[in-house]
Amino acid sequence: MNSPVMQQEDDLRIHPQKVVLWVGMVSIVMVFAALSSALIVRQGEGNWNFFEMPLAFWITSALVILSSGTMYYALRAAEKKNLSATVTGLWITALLGVAFLAGQFIGWTQLADAGIYFRDNPSNSFLIVLTGLHGLHLLGGLIAVVTVLVKSILLRYKPGEILGLELCSTYWHFMGALWIYLFLFLLYHY
Amino acid sequence: MASETLEVKEIHSTHPEALHDSHEHHGHDSHDDEFELPEVNFIRKYIFSTDHKVIAKQFLITGILMAVVGILLSVLFRIQLAWPEHNMSYLRPLLGNWISDTGQMDPEFYLAMVTMHGTIMVFFVLTAGLSGTFSNFLIPLQLGARDMASGFINMLSYWFFFLSTVIMFASLFISTGPASGGWVIYPPLSALPQAMSGSGLGMTMWLTSMALFIVSSLLGALNYIATVLNMRTKGMSMTRMPLTMWAFFLTAVIGTLSFPVLFSAALLLIFDRSFGTSFYLSDIYIAGKALENSGGSPILFQHLFWFLGHPEVYIVLLPALGMTSEIISTNSRKPIFGYRAMVGSLLGIAFLSFIVWAHHMFVTGMNPFLGTVFMLLTLIIAVPSAVKTFNYLATLWMGNIRFTNAMLFSIGLVSLFITGGVTGIFLGNAALDIPLHDTYFVTAHFHLVMGSASAFGFFAGVYHWFPKMFGRMMNERLGYIHFWMTFAAVYCVFFPMHFMGMAGVPRRYYAASTFDFTQGFTDMNAFITISAMLGFLGQLIFLYNFFYNIFKGKKAPQNPWNSNTLEWTTPVNAGHGNWAGEIPAVYRWPYDYSKPGVNNDYLPQHIPDAAISKWDANPETASLLYDEQGNEIKDTPAAHH
Repeated sequence: MNSPVMQQEDDLRIHPQKVVLWVGMVSIVMVFAALSSALIVRQGEGNWNFFEMPLAFWITSALVILSSGTMYYALRAAEKKNLSATVTGLWITALLGVAFLAGQFIGWTQLADAGIYFRDNPSNSFLIVLTGLHGLHLLGGLIAVVTVLVKSILLRYKPGEILGLELCSTYWHFMGALWIYLFLFLLYHY
Repeated sequence: MASETLEVKEIHSTHPEALHDSHEHHGHDSHDDEFELPEVNFIRKYIFSTDHKVIAKQFLITGILMAVVGILLSVLFRIQLAWPEHNMSYLRPLLGNWISDTGQMDPEFYLAMVTMHGTIMVFFVLTAGLSGTFSNFLIPLQLGARDMASGFINMLSYWFFFLSTVIMFASLFISTGPASGGWVIYPPLSALPQAMSGSGLGMTMWLTSMALFIVSSLLGALNYIATVLNMRTKGMSMTRMPLTMWAFFLTAVIGTLSFPVLFSAALLLIFDRSFGTSFYLSDIYIAGKALENSGGSPILFQHLFWFLGHPEVYIVLLPALGMTSEIISTNSRKPIFGYRAMVGSLLGIAFLSFIVWAHHMFVTGMNPFLGTVFMLLTLIIAVPSAVKTFNYLATLWMGNIRFTNAMLFSIGLVSLFITGGVTGIFLGNAALDIPLHDTYFVTAHFHLVMGSASAFGFFAGVYHWFPKMFGRMMNERLGYIHFWMTFAAVYCVFFPMHFMGMAGVPRRYYAASTFDFTQGFTDMNAFITISAMLGFLGQLIFLYNFFYNIFKGKKAPQNPWNSNTLEWTTPVNAGHGNWAGEIPAVYRWPYDYSKPGVNNDYLPQHIPDAAISKWDANPETASLLYDEQGNEIKDTPAAHH
């Protein structure tokens, strides 16, 4: 029958693993959408603490943007089959990821130093839950980055086989974007 | 992640060349090559299997066992409702100290049983047991795929579900009792361990179990979506998919969007329970002492919960509706009426399911204007639902109806869908909901339209696909008895509840004998309970029919219902990979029943126009494939059995 059309349709299909990742990211978006809307509803009821975001969050925002750049660099290098540049890019990304998580933790301690405690008011609790949950998701991304890095160093990939890195990079950019969204959202609501 | 990727590529073998490769079916398609599985041992084959068919059966049998538990609980609390003051000492062997020395049921345990009945039936039976079973079983088979996008994730999905089941089941046996705050686990009852005895360990186990359940559903849904989008065989465009596929696909989409929200709600609840936050708690006195928690809002939980809770209704119902479409068309020997309208109404229901949640909250003191908006949106759901009902009836109209067991349950579903749907229009009205809320009217409504209708879809699916699952037939006569007992019981149980609800009898009460205005229903309560018990006996017939015929049933022919869809082209006992040879390509939609110019009253999807006459002369050769020119593809082995 209309095979050329069917053939084309086959070519347009995305790799199943990528679909799985995208659908997974949609469900993560829903988790944060639910918490964000809960925060908005709760804030609307009054009795809300307003405070400045800690300095550390500004720095970690810069780090996460930077790490997206290095991740992009690693992926482009892999596409050009430049292994050493890929490994360098992944190393820097992983280190930036660790720095980001450390920075988030420092941010929490800065909040506590300013007298903003987790349990005092739901506004404080929301901040910790949102940032903590994001941190855990980013930790998952970090584990993926390290896995791809180790496998690249051990030459476990055939040349040109970059699906693992592609998936990893998509998720990493997503985590970065999610943090930027959260940070802007928190800036606006506190 | 990367090693998993390889596997996926192997399974994804809709290689165009493969269809024209006539001398060696595994020859130059390297993907197919690697698909050949090594001999697997018992554990890999039946327990930690990655074969979607085995996983489907695991979901099915776990679901059936949980259904026995869930229904048994309902019979037990119905005994309490029917004869509240009689001596229940005879239940002590089963319920132990939950029956007091004087033979009375512990009121908190009554609430616990209601809670666990709801939780088990909604999540473990009608979500995992129904959608988990049939999505897993049918998606690859009906789309022409060797397996799910990721067999490994699929296996994880089952084992998370299994773990979740074990924890939920175990919570029935702890000394403080299982969660008792209703399946909706509203705080503060669920948030404060000291609130009631089931709010302690029982609630913790409930939350743990549900967290695992959410992970399981999400892993399953990821796979269903990826498989439907990516792994359809050649020629299987979205609009040539059987309606079952559309239903399972949209169910998975709804699940991916709504279960994460339940996760968020539960996360905040866990923080409130264990880490001293106050997301849902404020101004609470327990035993004369004020709690420290302040600033939270219990209504917030309801919003989050029902944002899942309402779509969950359709997660339960859509698979049943999809299977009904398939079964009604097959057994009416007629094309489904209004395929595109059916798809459109599924899409409409899926979309609307996300914007109606607050109709569960009309009496929480919400702004009446907001209530009106949700009322309007809720009533709009009647439109796609009516389209579906109309199309079912139009498909049945003037059909050559074959009253198979599956067909009876499908028609039963349509009946229940109408009866239960009509009362949805009552309850969707904010003004009418105020008197009807929290009465037996609500219980009647959702048990008919969501509970029983979905359960009927489940039975229809089991009767219809049993031959494909186990290679044997179920006993039809026992199936008829099962159907009529179930159908009669469902109406006898739930129909009278409407009247109790309209008279104001509240749900969740331990005994209806305590108040004057409810005493008039004492006999009716007894009638309902006896009907429920008879209905339960009917299910025992099903259990016998099911388990006995897995081993002893009559051997099934390859295409017992003369159906058009691809699963009937696989060998009767298909192995992992589904098709022994090539995957059939698809040349038509799945509903070419009684097509003019074709002698047989069906025409399977994999028959090209050029081969119609060849196939027509010899329709028994279900696994014989043809190319577009109508030539037989020689190397396809015939059915194994």
